[in-house]
Amino acid sequence: MKALEIKGLTKTYDNGHQALKGVDLTVEQGDFFALLGPNGAGKSTAIGIISSLVNASEGSIRVHGLDLETRRNQCKLLIGLVPQEINFNTFESPLHILVTQAGYYGISRKVAIERSEKYLKLLELWDKRHGSSREMSGGMKRRLMIARALVHQPKLLILDEPTAGVDIEIRRSMWKFLQEINSSGTTIILTTHYLEEAETLCRNVAIIDHGTIVEQGAVNDLLSRSMTQSFVLDLKQSPASPPQLNGFRVVSCSGRRLEVEMSVGDNMNTLFSQLAAQDIEVISLRNKTNRLEEFFLRLVGRQASPDENKTDGASA
Amino acid sequence: MQSITAVNIVAFKTMVVKEVRRFMRIWVQTIVPPAVSALLYMTIFGTLIGSRVGEMDGHRYIDFIVPGIIMMAVITNSYGNSVSSFFGAMFQKHLEELLVAPVHNAVILAGFVVGGVCRGMLVGSLVAVVSLFFTRLHVENPLITIAVVILTSTLFSIGGVINSVFAKGFDDISIIPNFVLTPLTYLGGIFYSIHLLPDFWRGLSYFNPVLYMINGFRYGILGRSDISIGWSFLVIVVFIVILAAIALRLLNKGVGIKT
Repeated sequence: MKALEIKGLTKTYDNGHQALKGVDLTVEQGDFFALLGPNGAGKSTAIGIISSLVNASEGSIRVHGLDLETRRNQCKLLIGLVPQEINFNTFESPLHILVTQAGYYGISRKVAIERSEKYLKLLELWDKRHGSSREMSGGMKRRLMIARALVHQPKLLILDEPTAGVDIEIRRSMWKFLQEINSSGTTIILTTHYLEEAETLCRNVAIIDHGTIVEQGAVNDLLSRSMTQSFVLDLKQSPASPPQLNGFRVVSCSGRRLEVEMSVGDNMNTLFSQLAAQDIEVISLRNKTNRLEEFFLRLVGRQASPDENKTDGASA
Repeated sequence: MQSITAVNIVAFKTMVVKEVRRFMRIWVQTIVPPAVSALLYMTIFGTLIGSRVGEMDGHRYIDFIVPGIIMMAVITNSYGNSVSSFFGAMFQKHLEELLVAPVHNAVILAGFVVGGVCRGMLVGSLVAVVSLFFTRLHVENPLITIAVVILTSTLFSIGGVINSVFAKGFDDISIIPNFVLTPLTYLGGIFYSIHLLPDFWRGLSYFNPVLYMINGFRYGILGRSDISIGWSFLVIVVFIVILAAIALRLLNKGVGIKT
């Protein structure tokens, strides 16, 4: 069964801006799906419509086979949303926030408290349960929103940039948690500017730009179509002049750092042989950017802004 | 799958608990000030000035104004609760918690309204207790008294939700209370009988809906008022139906709360 099926989704705002131009999207049950796109591409609008925070102009959405327009409340029971902005009542404690949210989904107070305990413990917030949510760190607030979205145990979890502004250690622990949630059967749709995150977590991806899906498919299939990749090589000594490499492009050579662009499928041994022949010793190498990011930038046809280009640099 | 009706029953209870907890948590802001204001009104207008005024419509002046002062507290606090709670939820965006949940808009409206009614009733009761320092407060018709106060606080709680839907900032939630509600309340016969007014102003007063609420409540407590109790109930109920329909339509269309 399809967890989400979107057909011809269009959104035109009152000011005439068309945020979505006939989006078609399918997410299979159990998938970990990335919805990527530059700022203003229409990701949050699409998520807003799916979660009933934004009114669609045209199109249809089915959640686990149920039509969102005619069976909206049944659909809402199946969806959990982690929005981009912090949107809980900061005057309430984490425990109250979760118990209240569970109540909105018809969960009795007794069960709500049990579930809240479960998710607050899983997300390492149990110690903070009676504290002021306003005083929690950014990472804790993000985790609290994930716990809140899970408290009614949705079948489809939508995460709109859940790790924005979260340090790498917490981000990775959140990845692990989300992978566990996904492997227990929850379908997850993720939007993120950290393309390493999408490449690590997601099996399928759709790239949206200017309100249109420009690419959709399995992450591995898309990456196999990536034409080039760049590597940064750390050298033992600074070369006297940039090396001459046949079949590879030297992007830059500065000090003991060499950046090389090569076609996907090129033999790395050839590169090393040519460098060795010029008495250049390589002590380490890494991807300049992760592969999905390179694919994404080429597809959306522009340089990402600094905000769009956050990456931790995938190791080769 | 759980029935949506069952979900909404639990959601409604949850909303009411949350709303009551909200205004009780900040009781110094929400509960105490109206009691202090009422104490001052009763001391100054009821005791100091009232002793020179003498009787109004056959009652001691303090006895005459106490129902109006209680009602003023009920109106102000019912309205204030729903407008501040709903607008606060919009402003902090935690209204989205409700909008993404399978809660009917009628239940959302009811939750905020009942929260406003609870605060209105609590404050009204507190002001009534304060009034015991000044008068015996014999209640002539308890059922009518309770019915009028519940219906009036319902009406103004709905009004508060409508106000907050259109509000873009904190200024917008104070304009209606300051420039509409307060004048209507003061001119609604709290401190005087409309029989004292010249014909023109008395005729104009009949267009003030608050007059019917204050006089309905006064009838419940004193057993007589400027307006017949039937008219009071009719006006209040008609306004409730009209405002509830408007509020529901706004919520269904997502005005102010959805993009």
